[in-house]
Amino acid sequence: MSTAKSVTDATFQQDVLESDKTVLVDFWAEWCGPCRAVAPILDQIAAEHGDKLEIVKLNVDENPQTAVKYQITSIPALKVYRGGEVVKTVIGAKPKPALEADLAAYIQ
Amino acid sequence: MRQIIIIGSGPAGYTAAIYAARANLEPLVIASSVEAGGELMNTTEVENYPGFPDGIMGPDLMAKFQVQAEKFGAEVIYDDVVSLELAGEVKKVTLGSGESYEAKSVIFATGSAYRKLGLPEEERLSGHGLSWCATCDGFFFREKTIAVVGGGDSALEEATFLTRFASKVYVIHRRDALRASKIMQDRAFENDKIEFIWNSEVASINGDAAVDGVTLRDTVTGEQRELPLEGLFVAIGNDPRTHLVHGQLDLAEAGTIAVDGRSSKTNVAGVFAAGDVIDPTYRQAVTAAASGTVAALDAEHYLAAVEQAESESLALTH
Repeated sequence: MSTAKSVTDATFQQDVLESDKTVLVDFWAEWCGPCRAVAPILDQIAAEHGDKLEIVKLNVDENPQTAVKYQITSIPALKVYRGGEVVKTVIGAKPKPALEADLAAYIQ
Repeated sequence: MRQIIIIGSGPAGYTAAIYAARANLEPLVIASSVEAGGELMNTTEVENYPGFPDGIMGPDLMAKFQVQAEKFGAEVIYDDVVSLELAGEVKKVTLGSGESYEAKSVIFATGSAYRKLGLPEEERLSGHGLSWCATCDGFFFREKTIAVVGGGDSALEEATFLTRFASKVYVIHRRDALRASKIMQDRAFENDKIEFIWNSEVASINGDAAVDGVTLRDTVTGEQRELPLEGLFVAIGNDPRTHLVHGQLDLAEAGTIAVDGRSSKTNVAGVFAAGDVIDPTYRQAVTAAASGTVAALDAEHYLAAVEQAESESLALTH
């Protein structure tokens, strides 16, 4: 599984919404195969672009409040937050070049 | 240069890898970055793979395939092929990372991709109540009313699985009979939460921010009606994934890669194809695995013939 920091219902406000960085939240669960597949790709993106984009993960099974609040119905769901607002959503596991293209505005 | 590169890591790809590895061909498997293991990675219990009388979870089965291939020396790379040069004696495979590999032979086992409904709102509502992966997304539809589109084994497996979460699961099917196996049908018919909507197709998926229903069209009368829903799962079949070889390999009428008779030989020497990408009909894990075996054996014979020809030409020049 990924090395990204975990955020929870309890820490979401502070770690994501009030962060002064741009934060990508990976909404995932143990039983989701594509989530496991995309995790190492997110780790690579974090390693290469961590200065511009902080990448964290939220387990939807253990943190239902946040998952419901952001109307997650399909995972992996990657949401980019800036100043407390969702500025980008990517649904589904994608290869690294495709993800980098989707996230270009936040990692360049 | 490699002896053999296998593109794909479903039952066909890994079985080809097991056979090629046991023939000391040290196969390189390009497994894909996000779809390694193939279609079975998104299924739950597999009950029809021989040797597992109590069933086995799809991802567990694929993990075993991989362990078996690696045990005999297959090397697995988690990346995607972005381009292929298949003509000529040396085949070149380029990956998303930009790296290239060369091999004397290639087995193409890329499987198939989910077929879309082909509706304009599909893209917009994907991930907002519209899903292609019941095992990933079923969890989010607790006590909701949802529907599955399709009439094959996958559709009924998904519908049955989704009743663990949803309060009601409609199965929307174009005809009045199912393609699915008898056991899957019986299981679905016996399930109180499942209701079949026959002779119907989805004319449109409705909802602004998220799916709130579909418009159904009766395939016999053409009549339309609304069905309120909170989620829609699509399982209407798969299309062979051939885009990487368009213009390089001949395709059959069904859109699959054309192979010579019961072999895996494509129209290009040294290039073999296996699994769902050549099979418009059966598309089972076990038929894909068998097809992978055929490809590995064909490749082995090809490589032996190439080596023989090389040593003969060497002998002539000395």
